[in-house]
Amino acid sequence: MAIARLQVPATARAGEAVEVRLLVQHPMETGFRREADGRAVPMNVVNRLSVTYGGEEVFRAEMGSGIAANPYLAFWIVAKSSGEVVVEWVDDKGDKGRVAQPIAVS
Amino acid sequence: MRAFAVLAGLVVLGAAAAEPSRPSPLKPGPDFQSADVRALQADDFANPGMLWVAKGRDRFRAKGANGRRCADCHGEEGEALRGAATRFPKHDGALGRVTDLAGRIDACDRRHRGGAGLARESDALLELETFVANLSRGMALAVSPEGSARGAWEKGRDLYFTRIGQLNLACTHCHDARWGRTLLAEPISQGHPTGWPAYRLEWQAVGSLHRRLRACFFGVRAEQPAAGSDELVALELYLATRAKGLPVEAPGVRR
Amino acid sequence: MKRRAFLGTAALLGASSVTRAQKLLPAQDVGALVARITGGAVPERGGIEVELPPIAENGNSVPFRVRVPSPMSAADRVTALHVFAERNPRPLVAAFHFGPGAAKADVATRIRLAVEQKVTVLASLSGGRWRLVERPVLVTAAACIDEGV
Repeated sequence: MAIARLQVPATARAGEAVEVRLLVQHPMETGFRREADGRAVPMNVVNRLSVTYGGEEVFRAEMGSGIAANPYLAFWIVAKSSGEVVVEWVDDKGDKGRVAQPIAVS
Repeated sequence: MRAFAVLAGLVVLGAAAAEPSRPSPLKPGPDFQSADVRALQADDFANPGMLWVAKGRDRFRAKGANGRRCADCHGEEGEALRGAATRFPKHDGALGRVTDLAGRIDACDRRHRGGAGLARESDALLELETFVANLSRGMALAVSPEGSARGAWEKGRDLYFTRIGQLNLACTHCHDARWGRTLLAEPISQGHPTGWPAYRLEWQAVGSLHRRLRACFFGVRAEQPAAGSDELVALELYLATRAKGLPVEAPGVRR
Repeated sequence: MKRRAFLGTAALLGASSVTRAQKLLPAQDVGALVARITGGAVPERGGIEVELPPIAENGNSVPFRVRVPSPMSAADRVTALHVFAERNPRPLVAAFHFGPGAAKADVATRIRLAVEQKVTVLASLSGGRWRLVERPVLVTAAACIDEGV
């Protein structure tokens, strides 16, 4: 079962720019790697990752095999209202993932 | 030159106290990595090895085959195991031999959780090993070469100084005599075991010290002993005494 | 001075393998990929800050950060960043899209680089504007084509 870590400041002032950091455990298989018996390991990457906050998508990453294994992303959102920052993603196999963190905005 | 002096010194010492060849000054692995890799190891959020620590914590609290959990004996956060990783490899009475931390975890799973054992380099064993080693992060390595570990220590020491492989090199030739110099565009480290299990960029995953040692054997075109074999445990024991006093870094990050 | 000498020696030692890698992975036409995205519009050069190490120790994981100074207002904002690595087996590395709630056009991640090459970043801004920068990176251990042990 893949896991992810999401770092969002617990509190922020309305209008403040806050940094969000994300680390997803995923091999991001390129499709070029070979097993010991010579067979190529099929390509499988997190190809689409979407961040939703305050009812809208604030950030989206469309990724390929050029993103390193265990993808790390850091980006900035405007703190608007208290709620959840939700990250959802899907990989080439169709496996989905989700991680969320609350933020209290005053 | 340095290696010769060291070997000569050992011959003179003979059957005296088990003194490993220690480089001076003693420098841990991160000193031989790039600034980016050092920064990644120091960043508890972004260090990919911490994903394995998190999964290891989950496994630590999960029920084994007989319903018992590691946490039942060792605490929900593994508190009772703080410092444990600084003392491995060591002799295990029940096993009747010197074992490394991974071997001890495997033995514990069989003995106390009714498990069938945990395969070397498996996710299950790596995650637990990374979690347990991380509990000792920052604590000084304190492995003893004496007593029931002495035989394995001498075996490890002998292996460390024996030329192997088509390139006909011993560990000492690089890690005592030439640490800090470049080999294929990379600085040679002093060969300390403190950063392991580590997230190796080349593997794009966490791997054990034994996996890294096997890569060293491959590097000199020697046959690779199996992970968990007596030779690698003995070599790890020698390396641990050589690194005495250096802090545990697990999970390390290496190139 | 020391670094240049070291690079020279490394190049000599690794010369044959670098050439082979470059033959296996020739630079692809990023210009054509960019034109497809911009619809033929020629991007303005500059105006994008790219953080990349000049030498990547291991191509499997290269720290990468892109920043475009911008008010990120409704009228004047960066809408997307497109990242290309001309010698990777798949040159399009990623596209990052910024919604209205994005505070800055600032993304950090880790990318894979197969061999020494130029990394190109294309920024799309509101009002049909485009910007582009290129950065060369040396890679000592290749991703994608080099199997680790």
